[in-house]
Amino acid sequence: MPVKEKKQAPPPEIAQGRHPMEKYLRTDRIPHIWCAGCGLGTTVSSFLYAMDNLGLDPDSVAVISGIGCTGRVAGYVRMDSYHTTHGRPIPFATGLKLAKPDMKAVVFSGDGDLFAIGGNHFIHAARRNLDINVICVNNLNYGMTGGQAGPTTPLGGRCTTSPYGNFEHPFNLVYLAASAGAPYVARWTSLDVRRLQRAIEEMLVRKGFAFLEIIAPCPTNYGRRNKLGEGLDELRYYAEHAVIEHGADPADTEILPGKDFLVGKFVDEEEPTYWEMYQDKVAELEGGRR
Amino acid sequence: MRKVMTGHKAVAEAMRQIEPNVVAVYPITPQSEIAEYYAEYVHNGLVSTELVPVESEHSAMSACVGASAAGARVMTATASQGLALMVEILYIAASMRLPIVMALANRALSGPINIHCDHSDAYLARDAGAIQIFAESAQEAYDYTLIAQRLAEHNQVRLPAIVNLDGFTLTHSVQVVEPLDDEPAKKFVGSYKPIYPLLDVDNPSTWGPFAMPDYYFELKRAQVAGIEAVPETFLEVQKEYEKATGRNYRGFFEAYQLEDAERVLVVMGSTAGTAKVAVDELRAAGEKVGLLKVWLYRPFPYAEVAEALSHVKQVAVLDRAISFGAQGALYSDIATAFAHRDRRPALFNYIYGLGGRDTTTEHLTQTLSELKSARPGEELRYIGLRE
Repeated sequence: MPVKEKKQAPPPEIAQGRHPMEKYLRTDRIPHIWCAGCGLGTTVSSFLYAMDNLGLDPDSVAVISGIGCTGRVAGYVRMDSYHTTHGRPIPFATGLKLAKPDMKAVVFSGDGDLFAIGGNHFIHAARRNLDINVICVNNLNYGMTGGQAGPTTPLGGRCTTSPYGNFEHPFNLVYLAASAGAPYVARWTSLDVRRLQRAIEEMLVRKGFAFLEIIAPCPTNYGRRNKLGEGLDELRYYAEHAVIEHGADPADTEILPGKDFLVGKFVDEEEPTYWEMYQDKVAELEGGRR
Repeated sequence: MRKVMTGHKAVAEAMRQIEPNVVAVYPITPQSEIAEYYAEYVHNGLVSTELVPVESEHSAMSACVGASAAGARVMTATASQGLALMVEILYIAASMRLPIVMALANRALSGPINIHCDHSDAYLARDAGAIQIFAESAQEAYDYTLIAQRLAEHNQVRLPAIVNLDGFTLTHSVQVVEPLDDEPAKKFVGSYKPIYPLLDVDNPSTWGPFAMPDYYFELKRAQVAGIEAVPETFLEVQKEYEKATGRNYRGFFEAYQLEDAERVLVVMGSTAGTAKVAVDELRAAGEKVGLLKVWLYRPFPYAEVAEALSHVKQVAVLDRAISFGAQGALYSDIATAFAHRDRRPALFNYIYGLGGRDTTTEHLTQTLSELKSARPGEELRYIGLRE
């Protein structure tokens, strides 16, 4: 027997053409610049719903972005936010976190920004277990500059700089993060709005370096060149190919075109954070006095 | 044959004809399409270039330095923040006398972040030791890319060279360009003969070693010899280009209605086109106005510029970037050019077009008109600014 869906009235803001979470948005910056079918809108929404569900004071959270399509997130959220230069949101967040350890620092950036030009910073923040959240929206190419091949472009992926298919090995971001020592590593797709929200809530309340990869469509660039259809078609693809396997070995989470891929929470461990270890060292040098 | 193309395509076409052994490049607005066109040429087998899609501009210039030291002909392209990231290695490329030629799609430096044109990126690299040429049009960007290659690789020069073209105004707009046929273009550029290449394993050489206070100074002085060889070589290469193509680029700058001019604009880049229209309008009204458009910006042709402007009454030097705490960089050069001359025009420094702000014919006719009664002084004046 088919499950009868409970009809729920949409929030009244939607009928008025407004976002239900607009208290967290700089409405004067809306409409945003993202393309139709892009995964960024739902991704940001999930983040805002997570903030709302936790009842977080926007003054206690800073959002830091780099350059690129995801780099625009910082400009749209009504919180302390910083749009850094290309690849540098993690160093900025590092400074912010050490100056204001009580503040939550959320890095929201893309795969090109975090793993090509800024790749070095990612592995070091993970290694140090710096107490920041890194949300990477992975659309498999450099979207903002017109769809060039990047560090996550799958083998065979067609981009403006790989017109006959990419022949470079891409990063598996989950495996990379886990290898670099990140104590929290998860991956979802932009279709999984509720799971994304829950994952972000987990990240926001936990200590230590937390990494979330969000696989998201880029219908204008990557999708079009690789004949993946519209944004909705890519979401269908996720529905058919994303397999939830919590705790899977990060080495097994490679994303291959046309093949099923793993999503879920792969790493969730407690490790002393950079800040705690720093304070311990200070205490040790001061003879146990804190 | 005349064709219709963007500035991106014009530069990419010149690169295709130059056919460097290695191109290392990273995407950045408004440069990316140069790399995209070139990637297409590489992947379609039109050139034998190794294209390295690196992970940042720092890596791009580093890869260029490695390839160039190995003996390869090397090119790249960037803009703004990308150049800022390259600058560390650009200084090294110049000090190692590596003839890396690059297009710079001029774009304002952050912050605030902006993707549109000004010349703050070119000014940032001003003292790096690279040759800098400014193009007014896609045609000039094409021609000067070929010329820059010859110039950079000249045995007395051997320095990196930057061909500046205004972001969006020149890179993205579609213009009429007449590229050379492949054969004469390739013949003009010729083949590259490296000296002391790393890959010459029979004659091993060391690149980039440490220099203490005992030798660093002498090495930097030796580098001056390279940049000092540029002006003469520049004129030589221009002449050869004329011989090969019939295109008469003559001199370090273009003098437009300058001979009898009393009031003159000095500009670099695409605004020269707007300035020509302004000059024509005022000339039609009987006013003696003119334009000096700088092609060769580094090394700066002080004596020739001073000579060309010495009869002028008032000169408005237009800088498309602020050098905070100083006069505009181009203004400073022009003022320096007159430092040892008794006969000099009154100089005025205008800042214009920052972050892509449009500069119109009206702006420039007004600037030329207000020069008549302007009192000389060191204050910065602004064109098209809301205050």
